[in-house]
Amino acid sequence: MKRQVPVIITFIVGAVLIVSVFFPPAERLGENFSVFFDIIAVFAFFLGGGNLIRIHGNKIYRRQKDWAFSAVTLTGFIVMLAAGLFKIANPNGITGDVAATGSLFQTLYYNIFYPLGSTMYALLAFYVASASYRAFRAKNKEATILLIAAFIILLGRTPLGVYATGWVPESFSLLQIPNLAIWIMSSPNLAGQRAIMIGIALGVISMSLRLILGVERTYLGVDNE
Amino acid sequence: MNNSRIWSIVIFAAAVLIFGLSWIIIGSQAGHNLTDAFLVTVAAFLTLSILSFLYKDNPYYKFAEHLFVGVSAAYWMSVGFWSTFVGNLLPRISPSLCTYFGVPYKGFDIFFFIPLILGVFLLMRLSSKMGWLSRWSLAFIVGTTAGLNLIRYLRSDFISQVSNTFVPLVTDWRGIGPFFSDFSLSITGQFAMSLSNWVIFVGVFCGLIYFFFSKEHKGAFGYASRMGIWVLMITFGASFGYTVMGRVSLLVGRLTFLFHDWLGLVK
Repeated sequence: MKRQVPVIITFIVGAVLIVSVFFPPAERLGENFSVFFDIIAVFAFFLGGGNLIRIHGNKIYRRQKDWAFSAVTLTGFIVMLAAGLFKIANPNGITGDVAATGSLFQTLYYNIFYPLGSTMYALLAFYVASASYRAFRAKNKEATILLIAAFIILLGRTPLGVYATGWVPESFSLLQIPNLAIWIMSSPNLAGQRAIMIGIALGVISMSLRLILGVERTYLGVDNE
Repeated sequence: MNNSRIWSIVIFAAAVLIFGLSWIIIGSQAGHNLTDAFLVTVAAFLTLSILSFLYKDNPYYKFAEHLFVGVSAAYWMSVGFWSTFVGNLLPRISPSLCTYFGVPYKGFDIFFFIPLILGVFLLMRLSSKMGWLSRWSLAFIVGTTAGLNLIRYLRSDFISQVSNTFVPLVTDWRGIGPFFSDFSLSITGQFAMSLSNWVIFVGVFCGLIYFFFSKEHKGAFGYASRMGIWVLMITFGASFGYTVMGRVSLLVGRLTFLFHDWLGLVK
């Protein structure tokens, strides 16, 4: 029962969603199931939160290495969660928008969450620069093509690109670097993206069928779990 | 006390002094109050803490990283709770809770107890005895994803992409003269438009051949596969260039915050 019921649920849900496409009166089912999916996903967030408390709580309780940082995680988590769930300092109280101007949730978002998140991604600029150094060595034909494409895209989006080829007459505007960058994005790049997308689509379709038909059961984990 | 500990204390004291002074100086400026100044200083401290990783892993980075984990988990939980749980579930099961939370009631629907029950089952994952019940919720999630994605990918990523690849290879033919006299990207530039369509058709075809592993890549098939690699290399190069631009613009945003909002050096 522990393994059979989930396989049956997957089959019924998957099959109903596919069949609903062919029967317009049942099309609403697809919308409802998407909403159900979102609702269960919220519980998954709470499961993640519970897991976070368990792991970091254990670390603090056992005084493991770097336990003080776990305390930081838990403090940030609890303060932000309280601000969000109880809508602390929200001008419209519990009925107001969770991110209303002036609320503690919005303040924490703009002064802690946003700076941390965007700097974390901005940090990647430095690592991308170091990766560029390794990638931008034209060791063979393929690497040279990659280098030229990336170089044109980068140059095409800076004033230098406009300045360098601004003299090219309008009837040959394809050769102007900004236009060449646009052309690369809309033609060869599109062709490559499309080939990848078609490949991914075929993979997703076959994997979906394997899941619905119960051939693929790895998501259920091992038996003794 | 060893040298590294002394250095740690010195750096900590310097950080406290710098950010403390920053708080007081910004707070004392016209148009600012102490609360705003404190918040800007905290944001600047966190930004610099993350950037300090460029030197090496250090306690300030670890502090910011751990804080980010906790805050982001709580952020998504809160947003999910208010937008989906209160916004989509309660209006279907409880009029009194809808009144309390100030959301419009949409009529009772018994089927909405299914996600509620499956959601509670999912939380059973935290229990060692009842953990197996969470597989039912997982099965629902997997079934929904598989059912929705099968149709979605078949329609948008397979059928429509294949269909859009079959494009006219010579567009709006007006003779050899006009064809070779205009190399612009505009609507009148027949050459560029035809070239684009050739590149798209041949590029997709060769790209797919590269991904086809049931036949050895030799002879004409091998040449096509090689061309497929070149097309994919252009795609990766373009994506790389695009990613670099995106990351650099984020970095510029953070530097603008530091030099404009915090230090006030850039007007």
